[in-house]
Amino acid sequence: MIDYGFTEEQLMIQELARQIAEEKVRPLRAKLDEEGTHSPELMKILAESDLFAIFIPEEYGGLGGGALELCIVTEELSKVCGGVAVSYAATALGAYPIIIGGSEEQKKKYLPAIASGETLAAFGITEPNAGSDAGGTETTAVKDGDSYILNGSKIFITNGGVADTYTVIAMTNRSKGARGASAFILEKGMEGFEFGKEEDKMGIRASATRELVFTDCRVPAENLISREGMGFVLAMKTFDHSRPGIGAQAVGIAQGALNEAVEYASGRIQFGQPISSFQAIRHLIADMATKIEAARNLVYRAAAVVDSGAKNMSKISAMSKLFASEVAMEVTTNAVQIFGGYGYMREYPAEKFMRDAKITQIYEETSQIQREVIGLETIKEAKSRAKK
Amino acid sequence: MKIVVCIKQVPDTTEVRINPETNTLIREGVESIINPFDLYALEEGIRIKEKTNGEVIALTMGPPQAENALRDAIALGCDSGILLTDRSFAGADTWATSYTLSRGIRRIGEVDLIICGKQAIDGDTAQVGPGIAEMLDIPCITYVKKIDEIDGEHIRARRMMEGGHHLIEGSLPALITVVKEINEPRMPSLRGKMRAKKEEIIRYSAADIACEVDRIGQMGSPTVVEKIFAPPARDKGMMIKGEPPAAAAKLVSELKAKGVLL
Amino acid sequence: MSVIIDLDKCSGCGLCAGSCPFEVISIRSREDDSEPHPRFKRYARIEAGCTLCGACIDTCPLKAMRMEKVEKKERVPLKEYKDLWVFAEQKEGEVEEVSYELLGKGRELADKRGCGLAAVLLGHNIASEAEKLIRSGADRVYLIEDPALENFTDEPYTQALSWLIGEEKPEIILMGATTIGRAFASRVAAKIWTGLTADCTELDIDTERGLLLQTRPAFGGNIMATILSEHTRPQMATVRHKVFKPLTADPSRKGEVIEKKYPGKLTSRTKIIEIIKDTTQQVNLSDADIIVSGGRGLGKPENFKLVEELADLLGGAVGASRAAVDAGWIPYAHQVGQTGRTVAPKLYIALGISGAIQHQVGMRSADTIIAVNKDPHAPIFDIANYGIEGDIFEVVPALIKELKK
Repeated sequence: MIDYGFTEEQLMIQELARQIAEEKVRPLRAKLDEEGTHSPELMKILAESDLFAIFIPEEYGGLGGGALELCIVTEELSKVCGGVAVSYAATALGAYPIIIGGSEEQKKKYLPAIASGETLAAFGITEPNAGSDAGGTETTAVKDGDSYILNGSKIFITNGGVADTYTVIAMTNRSKGARGASAFILEKGMEGFEFGKEEDKMGIRASATRELVFTDCRVPAENLISREGMGFVLAMKTFDHSRPGIGAQAVGIAQGALNEAVEYASGRIQFGQPISSFQAIRHLIADMATKIEAARNLVYRAAAVVDSGAKNMSKISAMSKLFASEVAMEVTTNAVQIFGGYGYMREYPAEKFMRDAKITQIYEETSQIQREVIGLETIKEAKSRAKK
Repeated sequence: MKIVVCIKQVPDTTEVRINPETNTLIREGVESIINPFDLYALEEGIRIKEKTNGEVIALTMGPPQAENALRDAIALGCDSGILLTDRSFAGADTWATSYTLSRGIRRIGEVDLIICGKQAIDGDTAQVGPGIAEMLDIPCITYVKKIDEIDGEHIRARRMMEGGHHLIEGSLPALITVVKEINEPRMPSLRGKMRAKKEEIIRYSAADIACEVDRIGQMGSPTVVEKIFAPPARDKGMMIKGEPPAAAAKLVSELKAKGVLL
Repeated sequence: MSVIIDLDKCSGCGLCAGSCPFEVISIRSREDDSEPHPRFKRYARIEAGCTLCGACIDTCPLKAMRMEKVEKKERVPLKEYKDLWVFAEQKEGEVEEVSYELLGKGRELADKRGCGLAAVLLGHNIASEAEKLIRSGADRVYLIEDPALENFTDEPYTQALSWLIGEEKPEIILMGATTIGRAFASRVAAKIWTGLTADCTELDIDTERGLLLQTRPAFGGNIMATILSEHTRPQMATVRHKVFKPLTADPSRKGEVIEKKYPGKLTSRTKIIEIIKDTTQQVNLSDADIIVSGGRGLGKPENFKLVEELADLLGGAVGASRAAVDAGWIPYAHQVGQTGRTVAPKLYIALGISGAIQHQVGMRSADTIIAVNKDPHAPIFDIANYGIEGDIFEVVPALIKELKK
């Protein structure tokens, strides 16, 4: 067993998340995947075990953990079901804008309920015409007296419809371009805030994904996070914090797939031997295990950098998500391969891991955007070194 | 309301076997776990405590390592844990165990309700619960699947019987043993685990709980294991081949020939 | 006191500690505990929790361990205790079948021991049942009638039987391992300080020592243990329904009915408020002779109909693996396995069940096991008498068709 230098508390968190994943999530995952339903019962179990409190500061009812603790839980849950894991991680995503830029009143009002798991949270930035190009955001927020009127829609929002607290990015001043976006806190049930149909997804089917629709939705001005124009800055900082979590999800999915594949290979007899005794399979397993280990260490390092409060963490954060998601796709595909014909059948768990892995290369910024970030940062660093 | 839940740390019995040649027990990497039925007892105790603002104490007799089981109990929500540990407890059968636990409960004092799991998965006897009740001279309701009401004086519970159940009313203090139908045990919480780590587990020796020396451990045990052996191996079975209709026909004729089906 | 380690020989190698199923052997530093030795730095010590199973003794490569039996005194004058008793458990005026089964075995044991066989009947307005007990093997019936004994409640029954034991001094008492029997026997054994062995699967008399040999499974059935109560009387044992067979009732058999009266008032701090029979389809798995179980291989809850159809046709009960219950396809009452019910039917048919060890421990005592599963490596085939590798949705209908012929 590799020692990652976890503290006793972190080990405790890991042990508990693993126990919950094995005892409570595993028996339900096939059914949730088949039916494409989100499980409030599982969320309640995570809540009662204080797992949501992990990423909320202590002053607001949380346990004051950071990105690393979030990664530990997300990874353990993902080893069993990436869909349940993302419902958990997306709540952190929805809470981060408030934690990072919220006022004292906003934090006191919204964070305790998230910490106790009473409400889930969601983050709404993606739109039909604004995916990688966040600048294409069309949802508007027009000031009217002591409130803002929101019009527009967000798509593909995880926890859409099941969360009570939403942090949403909308344009308060389109003429200012990137500096014209602002972040707002919305509550389910606000007039003019509705949900579209639930999406029928390829993978992570145990999570709820819905459209958010704003039709003259009146949001009180005190729900504006920080100042007007801070929207994209808050969004970027939010992603910096949450990206290692997606990396952890990818690592967990990959590890879960590898575990099942190795167990299968050890029992499957062909040509009179278990297939794990053939070099082709053994070397495949070796490559899968090595890549997962590399990805895991990169993710933990990125999380530790985020937690250290470093000013510039975008590059390593992007690297961790990029590498882990690519590894997940490769490992899960190979896991299906190891299962052979059985791997293609819905009855066996292999294909679910592969379907679940794909999204990690896409959401919270695509692998292509990650490469842009990493490339630009690397070149920038070289230039500033050359200047010295 | 003061509640004591008796728990036992047991080997994960699915992994314990006998070496048929030497007739000794083999334990390969067997983990110690809280007896699964006791998890239901703990859950019920914690639920009652939450409803009545009471106190739940986890109690166990065992070696020093049994502390881990008590900490797990605290992580679930028990207020404290007490370990009865003494080398002279070794070799205790159910009688001596009941005696020791009852002495421990007397030492705790003023206990309203004692909850035990139906049985332990290593011994499988289900004797200790009623044994403790008899030694403490209190009523006992076994196989409780639901507690309808409980207050400081009485308990109303449903006791599972073959073909149905009995609704029973008893006076407190009392002891109940619970079955799995009674609840769904919770997972530990992080806050609970953190508290459990810091909590001091009280340890009592035989002298601390005023045990008579001829009633504990091997001395106090009326039963003794004469020998252990592997259960008779099942005969190797046969795989019936062929297309379903043919296989079904062959199976039915085999069963009829063996007299399993008429 | 129990397992003795010769510290002169012990090297502290730890092999014994690794073999202990209860993890009660610790390896300690001799310096810390002042047990010095010219060669060895460590030693093994037995901690509290030792059950005297003896697993460690043979693992010692230096033969440094031995089991020392403690000499116990007779707790009561053993010679004064004679005869074998069977508790005749009655519910609502009728004696349970298990009691007749125990009379059947009791007759065999009493004859081997050379002693008499008596039945103990507690109840109210129950005297008519006594004759049946005699016809089924009892030489005598001790009858205690009292309104307090009409239905089983722990305390009055314990008071009555404990008193009767003091009066008549039986050497052996057998009881059914029913809900009542298990609680009742435990309380009585605790009260009078005697040995009780639960759920015996075999009983025999050691004629040389005049003792009852009580054999039962432990560790979920992975191990069998034979137990004795050498120094206490009566030797008590409980046995489950259908382990033994009753004698055929012989109407010409004669015996004595002895009425006894408890001196004093039988009291109880519990009372039965209501007896509720389960009118829904009661899953009496423990009693069923035939069980057809479904598992994950069924795919979805609707497919349990197939299991039910086969069970109905065979006149059996429906069981399930934990996977099916956890998935919500069938209620927990049907679950067979370590965390569900343990069953020992004559015929157990496992459909779409992989047969993980936790399921196996719940059903492997069945006389005949049949398994149908798509996966030829499913562990269930290791314990099945007959296995069919195939699609249950084809095999089971074919089986049903064949049985209907």
